[in-house]
Amino acid sequence: MGAVRETIDAVAALEAYEHGFVSDIETEFAPKGLNADIVRFISHKKGEPQWMLDWRLAAFERWQAMEEPTWAAVKYTPVDYQDLHYYAAPKQKEGPKSLDEVDPELLAVYAKLGIPLKEQEVLAGVQGAPKVAVDAVFDSVSVVTTFKAELAKAGVIFMPISEALREYPDLVRQYLGTVVPVSDNYFAALNSAVFSDGSFVYVPPGVRCPMELSTYFRINASNTGQFERTLIIADRGAYVSYLEGCTAPMRDENQLHAAVVELVALDDAEIKYSTVQNWYPGDAEGKGGIYNFVTKRADCRGDRSKVSWTQVETGSAVTWKYPSCILKGEESSGEFYSIAITNGRQQADTGTKMVHLGKNSKSRIIAKAVSAGRSDSTYRGLVSVHPKATGVRNFTQCDSLLIGKECGSHTIPYIEARNGFAQLEHEATTTRLSEDQLFYAQQRGLSEEEAVALLVNGFVRDVLQELPMEFAVEAQKLVAISLEGSVG
Amino acid sequence: MLNISNLHVSVGEKPILKGLTLDVPAGEVHAVMGPNGAGKSTLGYALSGRPGYEASEGVVRWRGENLLPLDPAERAAMGVYLSFQYPIEIPGVPALTFIRTAVNAQRRRRGEDEISAPDFLKRARAAATALRMDFDMLKRPLNVGFSGGEKKRMEILQAVLLEPSLLILDETDSGLDIDALRIVADGVNALRGPDRSMLVITHYQRLLDYIKPDRVHVLAAGRIVASGGPELALELEKDGYDKYLPADLESAA
Repeated sequence: MGAVRETIDAVAALEAYEHGFVSDIETEFAPKGLNADIVRFISHKKGEPQWMLDWRLAAFERWQAMEEPTWAAVKYTPVDYQDLHYYAAPKQKEGPKSLDEVDPELLAVYAKLGIPLKEQEVLAGVQGAPKVAVDAVFDSVSVVTTFKAELAKAGVIFMPISEALREYPDLVRQYLGTVVPVSDNYFAALNSAVFSDGSFVYVPPGVRCPMELSTYFRINASNTGQFERTLIIADRGAYVSYLEGCTAPMRDENQLHAAVVELVALDDAEIKYSTVQNWYPGDAEGKGGIYNFVTKRADCRGDRSKVSWTQVETGSAVTWKYPSCILKGEESSGEFYSIAITNGRQQADTGTKMVHLGKNSKSRIIAKAVSAGRSDSTYRGLVSVHPKATGVRNFTQCDSLLIGKECGSHTIPYIEARNGFAQLEHEATTTRLSEDQLFYAQQRGLSEEEAVALLVNGFVRDVLQELPMEFAVEAQKLVAISLEGSVG
Repeated sequence: MLNISNLHVSVGEKPILKGLTLDVPAGEVHAVMGPNGAGKSTLGYALSGRPGYEASEGVVRWRGENLLPLDPAERAAMGVYLSFQYPIEIPGVPALTFIRTAVNAQRRRRGEDEISAPDFLKRARAAATALRMDFDMLKRPLNVGFSGGEKKRMEILQAVLLEPSLLILDETDSGLDIDALRIVADGVNALRGPDRSMLVITHYQRLLDYIKPDRVHVLAAGRIVASGGPELALELEKDGYDKYLPADLESAA
């Protein structure tokens, strides 16, 4: 009789994924399968220096000796790594110099996704609206990066990592793999061997990046893994805010997304990294969807450096992701704000690691999990304090909201304090979406779905407020869409 | 005009309303009084469509339309408003956001244009002033950390902004001190009009000193057992509900 029912309207859920279209774009593939030759092929395609190829081959060797980890609280059909394409690129003229050279079909895809790639369109937008520079990554390659010239004036480098490897090889070599080492974990090793593109950002000392930077990832081709690599360096006293968005077509088979993101913040630098992840979650019965196995880590190397991760995770069939901060610098600070929404048969095992190595470093974790349908969500977090890191402070708050009776939510916090001079706080709550609240909102005129969307948006508000303005609105809508069909 | 005829409602297995019949003409204010457990709150929930309070028998018509098959939001869009005895806290949703979302949801359902943000704010400010509420309170999450009196004022403020045609007040006086009661009653009285019907559900006569009813009904054991003018409320205040309690009813029958 209750207002909250656990049944899922499969059709509604299917229709809810509005980015599920497939674009018919002529694509060049590497042959299926993974071996040293494929690694060489990718490196050659990208015109990489020899050291990069050696680095990749070493990573491939490490990966072959590793085993896929099984400790996460997720279940999925194993990936057949020999049945994937490791490189897929839309066929177009080598390295488009301007938008005019980009395949119009490709531009149409981004237009459909509502992502502005034409600088004049962005400029022609609402007066006073902040400018956002976009790097658009389609399958394995970056198709266009906007506002490059204006950024260059400020000294900011923002380009596809494959391009940076050619233009700034020393800078890339200095930092690549220093935050997430090749052998860090199974998926990081795989990524290191076969990553094809992603964004590279360098903000020079004392520069405040004049606009938001963003990358939109799109997996289009079938049977293709996407392995992007992002490297962001904020030099002394620099500031940058970076956003990433992700979508994929609806496909019956599972697609693998194994990214590595490395952030480096030097003295007094600040990086704000926001993600709105909306990969295809699979259908209501759990068929298809993206496996999102991602390693994201920030190295707060400098004193008083600061990194803030904000993520809104609504998509993917299986998510396995722990954006972390290594707080090496004294008085460095790490933040993690997360909204993880699961519906249907989605599974998410996500959280963060705050590793306090520097004195007086501090961290803050606000994680909100919303589970509906027959989904399962786990918060897994580590707060660790090194023996020499005195004066550390951490505040952790994990709140779970359950919608219906067949979903699950788990909180697994690990806390390790190796000295007696740390102040660590952990708060956790689990609540069920209350029938009183639902009825109250409905009595005021909201439909059941509108009521759920409003209540859930209220539940996640603390985190939404951490997102840049233009992303917050998008995220708010996404929250509503991803919960469609979650009640009666 | 509200017509309730032979309404039966069970909550779980327990019959609460057992053949309630009541008419409230347009523009009139009717009080429903009764002892604890008589089914007063159940009546409010059944009229507004709360899940779990469905009618097993009977008819409820509002302006000629049968309300019973409609869901709560559909009834709300037809003008049915329930002022809750215990208003619900909505964490993270500012009162202004909540109310504006509700106003627009109702308008959309009725095929009307949404209210513009400046218009809405203007009206919200005026309503807050009339109810002597600090406007900043409307920017806070709805009812979270509000006192009992503040919550009740917020219920009336919502009614002012949603402009319902059928206002059901469930124990609006409970938890109010005399000053707050006067302010809330003034707010309710300002809503009286020829097109608006009100059902004032209350245990005590006190509220009726401030909101003068056209008619008073006694609800006991799930039925209306007596009806009269305002003087009936005074009589109840003096003599209590004893003569309407179930044992007496049975012996009378």
